[in-house]
Amino acid sequence: MNELFHTGAVTAILLASGLTYALRLGGLLLADRLPKSGPGRRFLDCLPGTLLVSLTLPGALHAGLPGMLGLTACLLVYVRTRNLLATMAAGIVVVVLLRRLFMV
Amino acid sequence: MKNIGRSLWYRGARANIPLAISAMAYGGVFGILSGNQGVSWAEMLAMDLLLFAGSAQLVMIEMWHAPLPVLDIGLAVLVINMRYLLIGASLQPVFDGRPLWKKIFGMHLVADENWAVTIAAHRSGGTSPAFLVGGGILLLVAWTFSTVASNLLGGRIPAPENWGLDFAFVAVFSALSFSLWQGRGDLIPWLVAALLAVVGEHLLPGKLYIALGGIGGALTACLIEMLRKTKASPQNMIDEAAPAISIANAKPDFLAMTGEEDQ
Repeated sequence: MNELFHTGAVTAILLASGLTYALRLGGLLLADRLPKSGPGRRFLDCLPGTLLVSLTLPGALHAGLPGMLGLTACLLVYVRTRNLLATMAAGIVVVVLLRRLFMV
Repeated sequence: MKNIGRSLWYRGARANIPLAISAMAYGGVFGILSGNQGVSWAEMLAMDLLLFAGSAQLVMIEMWHAPLPVLDIGLAVLVINMRYLLIGASLQPVFDGRPLWKKIFGMHLVADENWAVTIAAHRSGGTSPAFLVGGGILLLVAWTFSTVASNLLGGRIPAPENWGLDFAFVAVFSALSFSLWQGRGDLIPWLVAALLAVVGEHLLPGKLYIALGGIGGALTACLIEMLRKTKASPQNMIDEAAPAISIANAKPDFLAMTGEEDQ
């Protein structure tokens, strides 16, 4: 077993996992205590959108001009098909083609 | 009822297939990286099953040098995963009224991917914890299989950018963001979120910029709602919830002033 787990590895993994799980469940249980209407409700309603924007936008900007054009392709395909697999494929194809064009 | 439950698990898993594919591609790269860092397959497996958070695992294996800096690792993971506090909070409507054991079990299987897919599905006609968990199980299996297999197999680290795989998450998440758009009322909160996230990425450690943008944007929406309420007629205010009235009454001058500036 010494080879499978380094000294301190079990503690490190359990600590990291425990903290992460506490954040996941804690957020849900805290939100249960927020008021069901008024500004508190508006906060929760708006949170998924603002979180997803914050999660996505910095990465999209790092992808540069090919990324912006790929993003446009994604949104066009998504609006027409509402299919995530097709959206992902469109974005990847556009980005790869543009990268090859600019690089070579 | 049992059939309905089962089909929701299945539908949740199916909706996450595109994200599971890109998670597997990244899991493959990540597994090789972990092997090169001296992370054993058993450690990898334990992280996959217990932690189940890609970006936190990546930072962990980067810090994987003997003697392991256990407390530093814990702190780094806390900073990176702070967004899960908000992700958990935003799942409140999905879990509303469900028994505690479902929350305790379901929340472990929440990753960015199935969270985003579930929230989008919830907006377009409601969903249930089963949908979330179905997606979570698929992602957990895909992630665990690809990371452990490539940890054992090893090899040279491929560059996912060459196949545009780094763009897969951006592509899917931006499409999902689009489907979360609720109308013009979201414009200012989303712009605030975008600005805070981009600025925060340069200034804050880990992934705190996600939490900063999420909170900042949602608080903006909250503030706009409060301003609107103080401007609303007394008849409307009677219909509103008591906490909103007490907040509005507590700061009438401040809110009235900013309300006029807002016009």
